[in-house]
Amino acid sequence: MAALLEIENVSKSFRGLRAVSNVSLSVEEGGMVALIGPNGAGKTTLFNLIAGVFPADEGRIILGGKDILGLRPDQICDAGIGRTFQLVKPFPDMTVLENVTVGALHGTHDIDEAKESARKNIELLDMADKIHLPAHSLTLPDRKRLEVARALATRPKLLLLDEVMAGLRPTETDEMVAVFKSLNQETGITILLIEHVMRAVMSLSHHVTVLHHGEKISEGTPEHISQDPAVLDCYLGEEEDV
Amino acid sequence: MMGLNLLADLTLRGRICLLIFLAILISLPFWSSSYIISVTTITLYLAILGQSWNLMLGFAGLLSLGHALFVGVSAYMAAYLFSVLGLPPVIGIFPAVALAVLIGMLIGYLGFRFSIGGVYFALLTIAFAELVRIMVDHMGLIGGTEGLFLQVTEADRQGFDLINLRGHPWMFYYLAMLLAFLTLAGCRTLLKSKLGYYWQAIRDDQDAAQALGINVFRYKMYAVMYSSGIAGVAGVFYAFYQNSLFPESVFGIERSIEISLGPIVGGVGSLFGPVLGAFILTPLGEGLTEFTDYLQSSGLIDPKLKLNGLKLLIWGLVVALIVLFKPAGIWPWLNEKLGFSRKEGE
Repeated sequence: MAALLEIENVSKSFRGLRAVSNVSLSVEEGGMVALIGPNGAGKTTLFNLIAGVFPADEGRIILGGKDILGLRPDQICDAGIGRTFQLVKPFPDMTVLENVTVGALHGTHDIDEAKESARKNIELLDMADKIHLPAHSLTLPDRKRLEVARALATRPKLLLLDEVMAGLRPTETDEMVAVFKSLNQETGITILLIEHVMRAVMSLSHHVTVLHHGEKISEGTPEHISQDPAVLDCYLGEEEDV
Repeated sequence: MMGLNLLADLTLRGRICLLIFLAILISLPFWSSSYIISVTTITLYLAILGQSWNLMLGFAGLLSLGHALFVGVSAYMAAYLFSVLGLPPVIGIFPAVALAVLIGMLIGYLGFRFSIGGVYFALLTIAFAELVRIMVDHMGLIGGTEGLFLQVTEADRQGFDLINLRGHPWMFYYLAMLLAFLTLAGCRTLLKSKLGYYWQAIRDDQDAAQALGINVFRYKMYAVMYSSGIAGVAGVFYAFYQNSLFPESVFGIERSIEISLGPIVGGVGSLFGPVLGAFILTPLGEGLTEFTDYLQSSGLIDPKLKLNGLKLLIWGLVVALIVLFKPAGIWPWLNEKLGFSRKEGE
Protein backbone atom coordinates (compact mmCIF):
# COMPACT_ATOMS: atom_id res chain seq x y z
CA MET A 1 0.00 0.00 0.00
CA ALA A 2 1.12 3.54 -0.74
CA ALA A 3 2.00 5.95 2.02
CA LEU A 4 -0.67 8.58 2.65
CA LEU A 5 1.42 10.65 5.03
CA GLU A 6 5.17 10.87 4.69
CA ILE A 7 7.20 12.79 7.25
CA GLU A 8 10.84 13.22 6.27
CA ASN A 9 13.55 14.37 8.68
CA VAL A 10 11.39 16.93 10.41
CA SER A 11 12.86 19.11 13.17
CA LYS A 12 11.46 21.87 15.33
CA SER A 13 13.13 23.93 18.03
CA PHE A 14 11.65 26.34 20.53
CA ARG A 15 14.26 28.85 21.72
CA GLY A 16 17.03 26.34 21.37
CA LEU A 17 15.07 23.44 22.83
CA ARG A 18 14.87 20.75 20.19
CA ALA A 19 11.31 19.53 20.63
CA VAL A 20 11.32 17.35 17.51
CA SER A 21 14.63 16.21 16.08
CA ASN A 22 15.06 14.69 12.66
CA VAL A 23 11.96 12.52 12.84
CA SER A 24 10.80 10.47 9.87
CA LEU A 25 7.53 8.62 9.83
CA SER A 26 5.36 7.01 7.22
CA VAL A 27 1.66 6.25 7.54
CA GLU A 28 0.20 3.90 4.93
CA GLU A 29 -3.16 4.58 3.38
CA GLY A 30 -5.78 2.90 5.53
CA GLY A 31 -3.25 2.28 8.30
CA MET A 32 -3.55 2.91 12.00
CA VAL A 33 -0.33 4.16 13.51
CA ALA A 34 0.31 5.02 17.14
CA LEU A 35 2.79 7.59 18.36
CA ILE A 36 3.92 6.92 21.92
CA GLY A 37 6.57 8.16 24.29
CA PRO A 38 6.97 9.69 27.74
CA ASN A 39 5.67 13.16 28.56
CA GLY A 40 7.61 15.86 26.74
CA ALA A 41 8.80 13.48 24.03
CA GLY A 42 7.58 15.81 21.26
CA LYS A 43 4.44 13.92 20.20
CA THR A 44 2.05 16.84 20.33
CA THR A 45 4.64 19.11 18.72
CA LEU A 46 4.88 16.65 15.84
CA PHE A 47 1.07 16.71 15.57
CA ASN A 48 1.05 20.49 15.50
CA LEU A 49 3.67 20.44 12.74
CA ILE A 50 1.48 18.14 10.65
CA ALA A 51 -1.64 20.21 11.39
CA GLY A 52 0.05 23.46 10.40
CA VAL A 53 -0.11 25.17 13.79
CA PHE A 54 3.51 26.21 13.30
CA PRO A 55 5.99 25.41 10.52
CA ALA A 56 8.83 22.91 10.86
CA ASP A 57 12.41 24.24 10.86
CA GLU A 58 13.59 21.46 8.57
CA GLY A 59 12.21 18.51 6.69
CA ARG A 60 9.22 17.73 4.53
CA ILE A 61 5.65 16.65 5.24
CA ILE A 62 3.89 15.03 2.30
CA LEU A 63 0.20 14.12 2.21
CA GLY A 64 -0.89 12.00 -0.74
CA GLY A 65 2.10 13.15 -2.79
CA LYS A 66 1.51 16.84 -2.02
CA ASP A 67 3.86 18.92 0.13
CA ILE A 68 1.71 20.38 2.90
CA LEU A 69 4.44 22.01 4.97
CA GLY A 70 3.77 25.72 5.53
CA LEU A 71 0.03 25.53 4.93
CA ARG A 72 -2.33 27.13 7.44
CA PRO A 73 -4.38 24.83 9.71
CA ASP A 74 -7.55 25.44 7.65
CA GLN A 75 -5.70 24.56 4.46
CA ILE A 76 -4.42 21.39 6.12
CA CYS A 77 -8.04 20.53 6.87
CA ASP A 78 -8.91 21.23 3.21
CA ALA A 79 -6.07 18.88 2.23
CA GLY A 80 -7.83 16.10 4.13
CA ILE A 81 -6.47 16.02 7.69
CA GLY A 82 -8.79 16.19 10.67
CA ARG A 83 -7.42 16.61 14.17
CA THR A 84 -8.40 16.63 17.82
CA PHE A 85 -6.73 18.67 20.55
CA GLN A 86 -5.11 17.12 23.59
CA LEU A 87 -6.45 19.99 25.66
CA VAL A 88 -9.96 19.81 24.24
CA LYS A 89 -11.30 22.86 22.47
CA PRO A 90 -15.08 22.57 22.19
CA PHE A 91 -17.14 25.61 21.14
CA PRO A 92 -18.53 26.07 24.67
CA ASP A 93 -21.60 28.20 23.91
CA MET A 94 -22.76 25.99 21.04
CA THR A 95 -24.67 22.73 21.45
CA VAL A 96 -23.17 19.34 20.61
CA LEU A 97 -25.12 19.32 17.34
CA GLU A 98 -23.92 22.83 16.46
CA ASN A 99 -20.33 21.93 17.31
CA VAL A 100 -20.33 18.97 14.98
CA THR A 101 -22.33 20.84 12.32
CA VAL A 102 -19.49 23.37 12.10
CA GLY A 103 -17.21 20.49 11.13
CA ALA A 104 -19.76 19.04 8.71
CA LEU A 105 -20.11 22.41 6.93
CA HIS A 106 -16.64 21.83 5.56
CA GLY A 107 -17.33 21.33 1.86
CA THR A 108 -21.05 22.18 1.89
CA HIS A 109 -23.19 25.27 2.30
CA ASP A 110 -26.36 23.34 3.03
CA ILE A 111 -27.17 23.56 6.75
CA ASP A 112 -29.71 20.72 6.71
CA GLU A 113 -27.29 18.41 4.93
CA ALA A 114 -24.52 19.35 7.39
CA LYS A 115 -26.82 18.77 10.37
CA GLU A 116 -27.81 15.38 9.01
CA SER A 117 -24.21 14.29 8.63
CA ALA A 118 -23.40 15.77 12.05
CA ARG A 119 -26.15 13.65 13.59
CA LYS A 120 -24.60 10.50 12.11
CA ASN A 121 -21.21 11.33 13.58
CA ILE A 122 -22.75 12.10 16.95
CA GLU A 123 -24.54 8.75 16.94
CA LEU A 124 -21.33 7.03 15.96
CA LEU A 125 -19.65 8.44 19.07
CA ASP A 126 -22.67 7.44 21.16
CA MET A 127 -23.70 10.96 22.14
CA ALA A 128 -27.19 11.07 20.64
CA ASP A 129 -28.76 11.70 24.05
CA LYS A 130 -26.66 14.85 24.54
CA ILE A 131 -27.19 16.33 21.10
CA HIS A 132 -28.83 19.57 22.28
CA LEU A 133 -26.68 20.17 25.36
CA PRO A 134 -24.27 23.10 25.27
CA ALA A 135 -20.70 21.87 25.02
CA HIS A 136 -19.66 23.63 28.23
CA SER A 137 -21.92 21.31 30.21
CA LEU A 138 -20.21 18.10 29.03
CA THR A 139 -17.89 15.92 31.09
CA LEU A 140 -14.28 15.55 29.95
CA PRO A 141 -14.77 12.13 28.29
CA ASP A 142 -17.76 13.53 26.42
CA ARG A 143 -15.74 16.53 25.31
CA LYS A 144 -13.16 14.12 23.93
CA ARG A 145 -15.86 12.27 22.04
CA LEU A 146 -17.13 15.60 20.75
CA GLU A 147 -13.65 16.43 19.47
CA VAL A 148 -13.59 13.19 17.53
CA ALA A 149 -17.10 13.61 16.12
CA ARG A 150 -16.31 17.16 15.03
CA ALA A 151 -13.04 16.19 13.34
CA LEU A 152 -14.71 13.22 11.63
CA ALA A 153 -17.46 15.48 10.33
CA THR A 154 -14.95 17.28 8.08
CA ARG A 155 -14.61 13.93 6.23
CA PRO A 156 -10.82 13.65 6.53
CA LYS A 157 -8.63 11.08 4.82
CA LEU A 158 -6.28 11.17 7.79
CA LEU A 159 -7.43 11.58 11.38
CA LEU A 160 -4.99 12.83 14.02
CA LEU A 161 -6.11 11.79 17.50
CA ASP A 162 -4.30 13.40 20.43
CA GLU A 163 -4.96 11.35 23.59
CA VAL A 164 -8.67 10.94 23.06
CA MET A 165 -8.86 7.91 25.36
CA ALA A 166 -7.29 9.65 28.35
CA GLY A 167 -9.73 9.72 31.24
CA LEU A 168 -12.05 7.12 29.77
CA ARG A 169 -12.98 4.00 31.75
CA PRO A 170 -11.69 0.70 30.32
CA THR A 171 -15.12 -0.21 28.91
CA GLU A 172 -15.41 3.23 27.33
CA THR A 173 -11.93 2.84 25.88
CA ASP A 174 -12.96 -0.45 24.31
CA GLU A 175 -16.05 1.19 22.82
CA MET A 176 -13.97 4.00 21.35
CA VAL A 177 -11.45 1.49 19.98
CA ALA A 178 -14.32 -0.41 18.37
CA VAL A 179 -15.57 2.82 16.75
CA PHE A 180 -12.18 3.53 15.20
CA LYS A 181 -11.75 -0.06 14.05
CA SER A 182 -15.10 -0.14 12.31
CA LEU A 183 -14.52 3.33 10.80
CA ASN A 184 -11.16 2.18 9.51
CA GLN A 185 -12.65 -0.94 7.99
CA GLU A 186 -15.77 0.67 6.54
CA THR A 187 -14.45 3.99 5.27
CA GLY A 188 -10.75 3.18 4.96
CA ILE A 189 -9.86 6.26 7.03
CA THR A 190 -6.22 6.47 8.04
CA ILE A 191 -5.52 7.16 11.71
CA LEU A 192 -2.45 8.51 13.46
CA LEU A 193 -2.89 8.60 17.21
CA ILE A 194 -0.99 9.79 20.23
CA GLU A 195 -1.98 7.62 23.14
CA HIS A 196 -0.84 6.74 26.64
CA VAL A 197 -3.52 4.11 27.18
CA MET A 198 -1.61 0.98 26.16
CA ARG A 199 -4.77 -1.07 26.08
CA ALA A 200 -5.92 1.11 23.16
CA VAL A 201 -2.53 1.25 21.46
CA MET A 202 -2.13 -2.51 21.49
CA SER A 203 -5.55 -3.35 20.15
CA LEU A 204 -5.82 -0.52 17.63
CA SER A 205 -2.51 0.14 15.94
CA HIS A 206 -0.83 -1.81 13.16
CA HIS A 207 2.38 0.07 13.68
CA VAL A 208 3.89 2.00 16.59
CA THR A 209 6.50 4.77 16.58
CA VAL A 210 8.22 5.71 19.83
CA LEU A 211 9.54 9.22 20.47
CA HIS A 212 11.86 10.17 23.30
CA HIS A 213 13.42 13.62 23.79
CA GLY A 214 12.21 14.57 20.33
CA GLU A 215 13.88 11.67 18.60
CA LYS A 216 12.52 8.46 17.19
CA ILE A 217 13.98 5.64 19.24
CA SER A 218 12.01 2.70 17.94
CA GLU A 219 9.25 1.59 15.63
CA GLY A 220 7.52 -1.60 14.62
CA THR A 221 4.54 -3.74 15.46
CA PRO A 222 2.98 -3.30 18.92
CA GLU A 223 4.47 -6.66 19.95
CA HIS A 224 7.94 -5.66 18.80
CA ILE A 225 7.75 -2.32 20.64
CA SER A 226 6.63 -3.89 23.89
CA GLN A 227 9.77 -6.06 23.87
CA ASP A 228 12.25 -3.39 22.75
CA PRO A 229 14.74 -2.64 25.56
CA ALA A 230 15.22 0.97 24.35
CA VAL A 231 11.49 1.59 24.79
CA LEU A 232 11.36 -0.07 28.17
CA ASP A 233 14.36 2.02 29.25
CA CYS A 234 12.77 5.32 28.36
CA TYR A 235 9.58 4.47 30.21
CA LEU A 236 10.99 2.60 33.23
CA GLY A 237 14.60 3.74 33.41
CA GLU A 238 17.56 1.55 32.54
CA GLU A 239 17.72 -1.96 33.91
CA GLU A 240 20.59 -2.38 36.30
CA ASP A 241 22.38 -5.56 37.26
CA VAL A 242 22.05 -6.15 40.92
CA MET B 1 -40.14 34.95 3.91
CA MET B 2 -37.40 36.02 6.30
CA GLY B 3 -40.06 37.30 8.66
CA LEU B 4 -41.81 33.94 8.71
CA ASN B 5 -38.57 32.24 9.69
CA LEU B 6 -38.39 34.56 12.64
CA LEU B 7 -41.80 33.35 13.81
CA ALA B 8 -40.67 29.73 13.46
CA ASP B 9 -38.14 30.26 16.28
CA LEU B 10 -40.82 31.38 18.71
CA THR B 11 -43.25 29.54 20.94
CA LEU B 12 -46.96 30.37 20.74
CA ARG B 13 -46.52 32.77 23.64
CA GLY B 14 -43.53 34.36 21.93
CA ARG B 15 -45.49 34.81 18.70
CA ILE B 16 -48.43 36.40 20.48
CA CYS B 17 -46.14 38.79 22.34
CA LEU B 18 -44.30 39.69 19.14
CA LEU B 19 -47.59 40.37 17.33
CA ILE B 20 -48.85 42.54 20.20
CA PHE B 21 -45.55 44.41 20.17
CA LEU B 22 -45.79 44.92 16.40
CA ALA B 23 -49.43 46.04 16.69
CA ILE B 24 -48.45 48.66 19.28
CA LEU B 25 -45.57 49.86 17.11
CA ILE B 26 -47.63 50.07 13.93
CA SER B 27 -50.54 51.86 15.57
CA LEU B 28 -48.36 54.12 17.74
CA PRO B 29 -48.48 57.28 15.57
CA PHE B 30 -52.28 57.19 15.58
CA TRP B 31 -52.71 57.42 19.32
CA SER B 32 -49.52 58.97 20.74
CA SER B 33 -47.77 62.32 20.62
CA SER B 34 -45.16 63.57 18.18
CA TYR B 35 -42.69 63.43 21.07
CA ILE B 36 -43.30 59.70 21.62
CA ILE B 37 -42.97 59.12 17.87
CA SER B 38 -39.58 60.82 17.76
CA VAL B 39 -38.31 58.91 20.82
CA THR B 40 -39.49 55.62 19.31
CA THR B 41 -37.90 56.49 15.95
CA ILE B 42 -34.54 56.98 17.68
CA THR B 43 -35.13 53.77 19.66
CA LEU B 44 -35.68 51.81 16.44
CA TYR B 45 -32.64 53.46 14.89
CA LEU B 46 -30.52 52.36 17.86
CA ALA B 47 -32.03 48.87 17.64
CA ILE B 48 -30.66 48.63 14.08
CA LEU B 49 -27.23 49.77 15.23
CA GLY B 50 -27.34 47.44 18.22
CA GLN B 51 -28.01 44.58 15.81
CA SER B 52 -25.06 45.67 13.67
CA TRP B 53 -22.74 45.89 16.67
CA ASN B 54 -24.00 42.60 18.06
CA LEU B 55 -23.24 40.91 14.74
CA MET B 56 -19.55 41.60 15.33
CA LEU B 57 -19.27 40.92 19.07
CA GLY B 58 -22.14 38.55 19.74
CA PHE B 59 -21.81 36.46 16.59
CA ALA B 60 -18.12 36.63 15.71
CA GLY B 61 -16.47 37.74 18.96
CA LEU B 62 -15.08 41.01 17.57
CA LEU B 63 -15.32 43.97 19.94
CA SER B 64 -15.89 47.27 18.16
CA LEU B 65 -15.81 50.45 20.22
CA GLY B 66 -15.73 52.76 17.23
CA HIS B 67 -18.97 51.76 15.60
CA ALA B 68 -20.08 55.37 15.17
CA LEU B 69 -17.38 55.59 12.51
CA PHE B 70 -19.33 53.42 10.06
CA VAL B 71 -22.54 55.31 10.76
CA GLY B 72 -20.78 58.65 10.41
CA VAL B 73 -18.88 58.16 7.16
CA SER B 74 -22.01 56.86 5.50
CA ALA B 75 -24.14 59.70 6.88
CA TYR B 76 -21.65 62.32 5.71
CA MET B 77 -21.25 60.72 2.30
CA ALA B 78 -25.00 60.51 1.60
CA ALA B 79 -25.61 64.02 2.97
CA TYR B 80 -22.77 65.49 0.92
CA LEU B 81 -23.92 63.81 -2.29
CA PHE B 82 -27.45 65.10 -1.71
CA SER B 83 -26.70 68.65 -0.61
CA VAL B 84 -23.91 69.41 -3.08
CA LEU B 85 -24.56 67.17 -6.08
CA GLY B 86 -28.28 66.73 -5.62
CA LEU B 87 -27.99 62.95 -5.68
CA PRO B 88 -31.05 61.46 -3.95
CA PRO B 89 -30.29 59.16 -1.00
CA VAL B 90 -31.97 56.25 -2.74
CA ILE B 91 -28.92 56.26 -5.03
CA GLY B 92 -26.49 57.93 -2.63
CA ILE B 93 -26.93 55.06 -0.17
CA PHE B 94 -24.82 52.82 -2.41
CA PRO B 95 -21.57 54.84 -2.35
CA ALA B 96 -22.28 55.75 1.29
CA VAL B 97 -22.61 52.15 2.46
CA ALA B 98 -19.70 51.14 0.21
CA LEU B 99 -17.50 53.69 1.98
CA ALA B 100 -18.53 52.35 5.40
CA VAL B 101 -17.80 48.77 4.30
CA LEU B 102 -14.48 49.80 2.77
CA ILE B 103 -13.33 51.43 6.02
CA GLY B 104 -14.55 48.35 7.88
CA MET B 105 -12.46 46.19 5.58
CA LEU B 106 -9.40 48.39 6.13
CA ILE B 107 -9.69 48.11 9.92
CA GLY B 108 -10.42 44.39 9.61
CA TYR B 109 -7.47 43.82 7.31
CA LEU B 110 -5.05 45.60 9.66
CA GLY B 111 -6.47 43.87 12.72
CA PHE B 112 -6.72 40.32 11.39
CA ARG B 113 -3.71 40.30 9.09
CA PHE B 114 -1.48 41.24 11.99
CA SER B 115 -3.44 39.17 14.53
CA ILE B 116 -4.52 42.09 16.69
CA GLY B 117 -7.05 40.37 18.90
CA GLY B 118 -9.49 41.13 21.70
CA VAL B 119 -9.19 44.45 23.40
CA TYR B 120 -6.41 45.58 21.07
CA PHE B 121 -8.77 45.25 18.14
CA ALA B 122 -11.25 47.40 20.06
CA LEU B 123 -8.53 50.04 20.51
CA LEU B 124 -7.92 49.96 16.77
CA THR B 125 -11.60 50.70 16.11
CA ILE B 126 -11.53 53.61 18.59
CA ALA B 127 -8.36 54.95 16.97
CA PHE B 128 -9.93 54.94 13.52
CA ALA B 129 -13.12 56.60 14.75
CA GLU B 130 -11.09 59.36 16.42
CA LEU B 131 -8.84 59.72 13.38
CA VAL B 132 -11.81 60.26 11.08
CA ARG B 133 -13.50 62.62 13.56
CA ILE B 134 -10.43 64.85 13.61
CA MET B 135 -10.11 64.64 9.82
CA VAL B 136 -13.74 65.68 9.33
CA ASP B 137 -13.18 68.52 11.81
CA HIS B 138 -10.74 69.97 9.29
CA MET B 139 -12.58 69.21 6.07
CA GLY B 140 -14.19 72.47 5.02
CA LEU B 141 -15.77 70.75 2.04
CA ILE B 142 -18.20 68.95 4.34
CA GLY B 143 -18.56 71.73 6.88
CA GLY B 144 -15.75 70.91 9.32
CA THR B 145 -16.64 71.77 12.91
CA GLU B 146 -19.40 74.07 11.60
CA GLY B 147 -21.37 71.02 10.57
CA LEU B 148 -23.08 69.82 7.42
CA PHE B 149 -26.74 70.73 6.99
CA LEU B 150 -29.48 69.41 4.79
CA GLN B 151 -32.13 71.85 3.68
CA VAL B 152 -35.59 71.02 4.74
CA THR B 153 -38.67 73.11 4.01
CA GLU B 154 -42.01 73.16 5.76
CA ALA B 155 -43.50 71.54 2.65
CA ASP B 156 -40.91 68.76 2.94
CA ARG B 157 -42.05 67.98 6.48
CA GLN B 158 -45.57 67.34 5.29
CA GLY B 159 -44.57 65.17 2.31
CA PHE B 160 -43.82 61.54 1.80
CA ASP B 161 -40.80 61.54 -0.52
CA LEU B 162 -38.94 58.26 0.00
CA ILE B 163 -36.63 58.91 -2.97
CA ASN B 164 -35.20 62.05 -1.37
CA LEU B 165 -36.00 61.05 2.22
CA ARG B 166 -37.88 64.28 2.79
CA GLY B 167 -41.10 63.87 4.63
CA HIS B 168 -43.32 63.78 7.66
CA PRO B 169 -41.96 62.33 10.95
CA TRP B 170 -44.37 59.41 10.39
CA MET B 171 -42.45 58.48 7.26
CA PHE B 172 -39.19 58.31 9.18
CA TYR B 173 -40.91 56.40 11.95
CA TYR B 174 -42.24 53.70 9.63
CA LEU B 175 -39.00 53.61 7.67
CA ALA B 176 -37.00 53.04 10.89
CA MET B 177 -39.46 50.30 11.82
CA LEU B 178 -39.10 48.61 8.45
CA LEU B 179 -35.30 48.81 8.59
CA ALA B 180 -35.22 47.50 12.17
CA PHE B 181 -37.39 44.57 11.15
CA LEU B 182 -35.35 43.80 8.04
CA THR B 183 -32.12 43.98 10.06
CA LEU B 184 -33.51 41.63 12.69
CA ALA B 185 -34.74 39.14 10.08
CA GLY B 186 -31.52 39.49 8.07
CA CYS B 187 -29.33 38.85 11.12
CA ARG B 188 -31.45 35.81 11.95
CA THR B 189 -30.88 34.46 8.44
CA LEU B 190 -27.14 35.10 8.72
CA LEU B 191 -26.94 33.46 12.14
CA LYS B 192 -28.62 30.29 10.87
CA SER B 193 -26.44 30.10 7.76
CA LYS B 194 -22.96 28.70 7.29
CA LEU B 195 -21.60 32.18 8.02
CA GLY B 196 -23.36 32.24 11.39
CA TYR B 197 -22.07 28.82 12.37
CA TYR B 198 -18.54 29.76 11.37
CA TRP B 199 -18.70 33.10 13.17
CA GLN B 200 -19.83 31.46 16.40
CA ALA B 201 -17.11 28.83 16.07
CA ILE B 202 -14.48 31.56 15.67
CA ARG B 203 -16.00 33.44 18.63
CA ASP B 204 -15.86 30.34 20.85
CA ASP B 205 -12.44 28.97 19.87
CA GLN B 206 -10.38 30.30 17.02
CA ASP B 207 -7.84 27.45 16.95
CA ALA B 208 -10.51 24.78 16.87
CA ALA B 209 -12.37 26.71 14.17
CA GLN B 210 -9.26 26.84 12.03
CA ALA B 211 -8.62 23.12 12.49
CA LEU B 212 -12.10 22.50 11.08
CA GLY B 213 -11.15 24.19 7.83
CA ILE B 214 -12.42 27.70 8.57
CA ASN B 215 -10.42 30.50 6.99
CA VAL B 216 -10.56 32.66 10.09
CA PHE B 217 -9.29 35.81 8.39
CA ARG B 218 -11.90 35.64 5.65
CA TYR B 219 -14.87 34.98 7.92
CA LYS B 220 -13.87 37.73 10.35
CA MET B 221 -13.71 40.07 7.37
CA TYR B 222 -17.24 39.04 6.36
CA ALA B 223 -18.43 39.87 9.88
CA VAL B 224 -16.93 43.36 9.76
CA MET B 225 -18.32 43.92 6.25
CA TYR B 226 -21.89 42.94 7.13
CA SER B 227 -21.75 44.89 10.38
CA SER B 228 -20.35 48.08 8.85
CA GLY B 229 -22.80 47.75 5.95
CA ILE B 230 -25.81 47.68 8.29
CA ALA B 231 -24.35 50.61 10.25
CA GLY B 232 -23.93 52.42 6.92
CA VAL B 233 -27.61 52.00 6.04
CA ALA B 234 -28.53 53.35 9.48
CA GLY B 235 -26.13 56.25 8.85
CA VAL B 236 -28.01 57.35 5.73
CA PHE B 237 -31.25 57.25 7.70
CA TYR B 238 -29.66 59.31 10.48
CA ALA B 239 -28.38 62.00 8.11
CA PHE B 240 -31.78 62.61 6.54
CA TYR B 241 -33.67 62.32 9.81
CA GLN B 242 -31.42 64.76 11.68
CA ASN B 243 -30.62 67.07 8.75
CA SER B 244 -27.50 68.22 10.57
CA LEU B 245 -24.18 66.46 11.09
CA PHE B 246 -21.38 67.55 13.41
CA PRO B 247 -18.11 65.62 13.72
CA GLU B 248 -18.28 65.51 17.51
CA SER B 249 -21.90 64.38 17.75
CA VAL B 250 -21.54 61.85 14.90
CA PHE B 251 -18.12 60.27 15.48
CA GLY B 252 -17.66 60.94 19.21
CA ILE B 253 -16.87 57.97 21.43
CA GLU B 254 -20.15 58.62 23.32
CA ARG B 255 -21.98 57.62 20.13
CA SER B 256 -20.02 54.39 19.84
CA ILE B 257 -20.65 53.55 23.47
CA GLU B 258 -24.34 54.38 23.10
CA ILE B 259 -24.51 51.86 20.21
CA SER B 260 -22.93 49.11 22.31
CA LEU B 261 -25.04 49.66 25.45
CA GLY B 262 -28.30 48.37 23.98
CA PRO B 263 -26.98 44.90 23.09
CA ILE B 264 -25.01 44.68 26.36
CA VAL B 265 -28.13 45.38 28.41
CA GLY B 266 -30.42 43.31 26.17
CA GLY B 267 -28.11 40.34 25.68
CA VAL B 268 -24.99 40.01 23.54
CA GLY B 269 -25.24 37.22 20.98
CA SER B 270 -29.03 37.00 20.98
CA LEU B 271 -31.26 38.28 18.19
CA PHE B 272 -33.87 40.03 20.32
CA GLY B 273 -31.40 41.33 22.92
CA PRO B 274 -30.33 44.43 20.95
CA VAL B 275 -33.98 45.33 20.27
CA LEU B 276 -34.94 44.91 23.93
CA GLY B 277 -31.86 46.87 25.04
CA ALA B 278 -32.73 49.79 22.78
CA PHE B 279 -36.31 49.82 24.05
CA ILE B 280 -35.11 49.89 27.66
CA LEU B 281 -32.28 52.42 27.42
CA THR B 282 -33.54 55.04 24.98
CA PRO B 283 -36.91 55.71 26.66
CA LEU B 284 -35.13 55.60 30.04
CA GLY B 285 -32.65 58.26 28.94
CA GLU B 286 -35.33 60.42 27.34
CA GLY B 287 -37.69 59.99 30.26
CA LEU B 288 -34.96 61.06 32.63
CA THR B 289 -34.29 64.21 30.60
CA GLU B 290 -38.01 65.02 30.62
CA PHE B 291 -38.23 64.38 34.34
CA THR B 292 -35.31 66.62 35.28
CA ASP B 293 -36.59 69.33 32.91
CA TYR B 294 -39.92 69.16 34.68
CA LEU B 295 -38.33 69.33 38.12
CA GLN B 296 -36.24 72.32 37.12
CA SER B 297 -39.06 74.22 35.43
CA SER B 298 -41.29 73.70 38.43
CA GLY B 299 -38.55 74.99 40.69
CA LEU B 300 -38.08 71.79 42.68
CA ILE B 301 -34.44 71.71 41.59
CA ASP B 302 -32.29 74.77 41.04
CA PRO B 303 -32.77 75.56 37.31
CA LYS B 304 -29.17 76.76 37.06
CA LEU B 305 -27.91 73.26 37.87
CA LYS B 306 -26.48 71.56 34.79
CA LEU B 307 -27.85 68.04 34.62
CA ASN B 308 -27.00 66.93 31.09
CA GLY B 309 -24.49 64.38 32.38
CA LEU B 310 -27.14 62.65 34.46
CA LYS B 311 -28.27 60.45 31.59
CA LEU B 312 -24.77 59.01 31.18
CA LEU B 313 -24.55 58.49 34.92
CA ILE B 314 -27.80 56.52 34.99
CA TRP B 315 -26.75 54.49 31.96
CA GLY B 316 -23.47 53.67 33.70
CA LEU B 317 -25.45 52.52 36.71
CA VAL B 318 -27.72 50.33 34.55
CA VAL B 319 -24.73 48.71 32.86
CA ALA B 320 -23.03 48.11 36.22
CA LEU B 321 -26.21 46.44 37.53
CA ILE B 322 -26.51 44.28 34.41
CA VAL B 323 -22.89 43.18 34.60
CA LEU B 324 -23.31 42.36 38.29
CA PHE B 325 -26.64 40.54 38.19
CA LYS B 326 -27.45 39.49 34.63
CA PRO B 327 -24.15 39.41 32.76
CA ALA B 328 -25.72 37.58 29.80
CA GLY B 329 -28.24 40.40 29.41
CA ILE B 330 -31.93 40.77 30.08
CA TRP B 331 -33.30 38.92 27.04
CA PRO B 332 -31.83 35.46 27.85
CA TRP B 333 -33.12 35.76 31.40
CA LEU B 334 -36.54 36.99 30.35
CA ASN B 335 -36.73 34.30 27.70
CA GLU B 336 -35.85 31.62 30.25
CA LYS B 337 -38.57 32.88 32.62
CA LEU B 338 -41.30 33.44 30.07
CA GLY B 339 -40.40 30.96 27.32
CA PHE B 340 -40.63 33.12 24.20
CA SER B 341 -38.35 31.19 21.90
CA ARG B 342 -38.28 27.52 21.06
CA LYS B 343 -35.26 25.44 21.94
CA GLU B 344 -34.05 23.17 19.19
CA GLY B 345 -35.10 19.58 19.70
CA GLU B 346 -38.41 20.44 21.34
